[in-house]
Amino acid sequence: MSFLLPCPTCGPRDVNEYVYAGEVTVRPRHDPSLRELSAYVHFRRNVAGVQREWWFHRFGCEQWFQAERDTRTNAVLRSELVHPTRESLAAPEAPAVPDTPAV
Amino acid sequence: MRLPPTGDELLDRTSTGTFLFEGEPVQFLDGDTVGSALFAGGRRVFSRSFKYHRPRGLLCCSGQCPNCLMEVDGVPSVRVCSQPARAGMQVRSQNVIGSLEHDLMGIVDKIGGPFTPVGFYYRTMIWPRRAWPLYERFLRNVAGLGRIDPHAHRTRRFDTEHRRAEVLVIGGGPAGLAAAQAATGAGRQVVLVDEGLARPAPGSDELPFQLLAPARALGIYEGGLVPVDTGGVLIRFRAERIVVATGTIEQPLVFPGNDLVGIMLPAGVRRLVRDWSLKPGERAVVLSADDRGLEAVDDLERAGVEIARVVDLREQTPRQIEARGRRGRLKAVTVDGETVDCDLLVMSGGRQPAYSLLAQAGARIEYDDRRGIFAPTGLPPNVEAAGSVNGGGSASLPSPAYAGSGKCFVCICEDVTEKDVKRAIAEGFDSIELAKRYTTVTMGPCQGRLCHLPSVRLYARETATPEAEIGTTTARPPWAPVSLGLLAGRGHEPARRTAIHHRHEELGATMMWTGAWRRVHSYGDPADETRAVHKGVGIIDVSTLGKLLVTGPDAAAFLERLYPNRFSDLRPGRVRYSVLGTDAGRIMDDGTLARLADEQFYVTTTSTGADAVTEWFEWWNAVWGMGVEVANVTGALAAINVAGPRARDLLARLTELDVSREGFRYLDAKRAHVAGVPCLLLRIGFVGELGYELHCPSPYAEYLWDTLLERGADLDVTPFGLEAQRVLRLEKQHILVGQDTDSESNVLGARMPWLVKLEKDDFVGKWALEHMGAREPGEQLVGFEMTDGTVPAEGGQVLVDGLPAGRVTSARWSDELGKAIGLAWVPPGLAREGNLIAIGVNGSFEYAAVRLRPFFDPEGERLRA
Repeated sequence: MSFLLPCPTCGPRDVNEYVYAGEVTVRPRHDPSLRELSAYVHFRRNVAGVQREWWFHRFGCEQWFQAERDTRTNAVLRSELVHPTRESLAAPEAPAVPDTPAV
Repeated sequence: MRLPPTGDELLDRTSTGTFLFEGEPVQFLDGDTVGSALFAGGRRVFSRSFKYHRPRGLLCCSGQCPNCLMEVDGVPSVRVCSQPARAGMQVRSQNVIGSLEHDLMGIVDKIGGPFTPVGFYYRTMIWPRRAWPLYERFLRNVAGLGRIDPHAHRTRRFDTEHRRAEVLVIGGGPAGLAAAQAATGAGRQVVLVDEGLARPAPGSDELPFQLLAPARALGIYEGGLVPVDTGGVLIRFRAERIVVATGTIEQPLVFPGNDLVGIMLPAGVRRLVRDWSLKPGERAVVLSADDRGLEAVDDLERAGVEIARVVDLREQTPRQIEARGRRGRLKAVTVDGETVDCDLLVMSGGRQPAYSLLAQAGARIEYDDRRGIFAPTGLPPNVEAAGSVNGGGSASLPSPAYAGSGKCFVCICEDVTEKDVKRAIAEGFDSIELAKRYTTVTMGPCQGRLCHLPSVRLYARETATPEAEIGTTTARPPWAPVSLGLLAGRGHEPARRTAIHHRHEELGATMMWTGAWRRVHSYGDPADETRAVHKGVGIIDVSTLGKLLVTGPDAAAFLERLYPNRFSDLRPGRVRYSVLGTDAGRIMDDGTLARLADEQFYVTTTSTGADAVTEWFEWWNAVWGMGVEVANVTGALAAINVAGPRARDLLARLTELDVSREGFRYLDAKRAHVAGVPCLLLRIGFVGELGYELHCPSPYAEYLWDTLLERGADLDVTPFGLEAQRVLRLEKQHILVGQDTDSESNVLGARMPWLVKLEKDDFVGKWALEHMGAREPGEQLVGFEMTDGTVPAEGGQVLVDGLPAGRVTSARWSDELGKAIGLAWVPPGLAREGNLIAIGVNGSFEYAAVRLRPFFDPEGERLRA
């Protein structure tokens, strides 16, 4: 991987400056069933396409932010700091693999 | 012997020098390469081939082929045809036993053929198994080219630079130069990278763009990344546009004897004659499938070489071409039964575009039937191809291989013959990618430059499949040979040292790594150090602890959501231990949290966990958006733990703070001056004795350390290291996260359920711990003491009925207890006080008794003293 990733505060930088923290997941609200908890803890959507994901600019501004990246091409469509009050960012996708049998 | 001087030679005949070849002096002129100077001195054999050790001479003179690889100043596999000569250089041949002229391994060529067919290394030297060490020693000696000293230290410094370019042009031939000029004219910032083989253009120092030469682009990666090897510095270019003008590579012809010394590509002749005014031979034959070979005739005539015969393969289609020689040197060429004596054969099998960089960038590579070459199509955006790399190759198709007797090489790097390729096909290797791996065609030093096209065409003929269907093998970086040292970059071994590091060195401490930190293992005798902490007072540098300040109106609520226990009820000036967990309920880190004020906490982490915990805190804060600020002050603050029954006596001498049992209770946090240094004092007891952690600004730490030692001299204050601390904490069964826990461990199994406050509304890991608590308990972390005093290995097994059922995570001998003690994960059924468990020791086992309470001071009386 050697693509450029635009940091919302520092601009485009080498991807090696960042820590990748996986796709954005939704933490269950209250008392999840074992199945819901397992899906949240262990399962990821792992899409071939655009996904929303967490990045941390370790060798830069040390900010967490979210980016929308096409996992097939590594093209980054947008990146932005997260404002938890904005609901649109908090719940981007359906839960991962809800049909998987509980462990 | 040189030809008369000409205007375009690269030589300065007034300036000479000497280098050593095999210890013998060799004269060179300014402008010579090592190869041209050796050729001028009469040398014709430059190397011995990879497998058969056949003599090989100059072929391309352009740094493409494997024929001139030598060791230069200790660096193996240098292409001496392109290596500028410098006075005093030490040049040696490689891959020979004896000399280039008399190589003992040459026997392989004479009689080894039947024993070394294609893929022989997969089939021979397998039985008997026991003989493998012998085979291996033999193979390691004969395999490979050149030698490196595996025990050598760094002899050169390599560096990495990062640069940007609006337009990066790779290749400085006519097309590359024109592209660079045009882009510069359009107002773009241009960098031109050239191998430095092209002649410097007149007035090149006034070029309007940046010229990097000699330099080699190693590949084209995602994001317009082009690493460029400039010798000692690897420049990582980020280019908005990339222009590839790498031109073409002259292709050899495939016929028996096509590797003899005296057979050259047109470029080899051109460079010898034009650049270095050397006569490449006396009597020449030219075999050419394009104009290149015919152009070489001019050069030969200019050099006074007798032209014996010229065969234009576009007009004449010979069925047989065969070269014969003596002792590896060309003597005669036979074309369709007609033999011509000669010592030079110029062969030209057309030109193949050097498309590799374009393929790496994402271009499709397709076979052009009409021109008989692979050419790039479908270039990705921002990448352009300029000049003949687009497909300026031959307009005729020489036969893939000509008939005759003798070895007929498809790949001279790896000594793969036409027969080997046929045999591989017969054995069923019908895909070019598989056949490549089996025969190793294209896997040698030329990386397919000279053998890819001939091998694909031979495959096509032998399998009666069109070349377009066979396709190419994947073009991978690096496109040009590169030193591993350059890729490794500068020798960084970043080490973090505490503010007191130099004092430890002065005391003769043995240092060890903990993560990136250098820490004291011991100052000599760890047993003495533990005794001092139990009987008197010891001090240990714990500056490596991660230290975070969590500040803000939501600080307490934030920490309550991160840790399993409560912090809202922690009063300012008090300390609480906790374990950080994940939503999977697993242990991540541990440490103490001191409430400094209503809205401020001082959080310590493990020595290696500071960065991960900081990122973890910041991430949750980004998710939750709570009113807190997290500041990592690990480097800003140093810390010294003063521990032992006389710690209070020592501290009382240095501070006005009331350090009495009632004035400064266990788990109190206070700010005070100690020895005049502003400190945060935490009364905690990781090592099991009365102890105070003094946290102070790093610049004062050395002074504080010195003062503690000075003022405590009569108390026999003793510095202690990590080894003593490990014994001391083990006596208390205090866990070390990462040592006693792994990524599967949870606080319930680590027997710290008292940490978990499930009645809290929510915290990270709550649900997982709820589910775990509702299930049968999993394996438990317990203390054990050996019945016979043997110290088992850390990582050793706990056995049930002779089968592994658990593992030892820590084990030490404790002088204080007179016992071998440790911590181990065991099945829940075994986790009962006094239960005997079997622990594997040296292939057998010894018994140990389970201990669920601290071995030392189980009631914590000494901690609270």
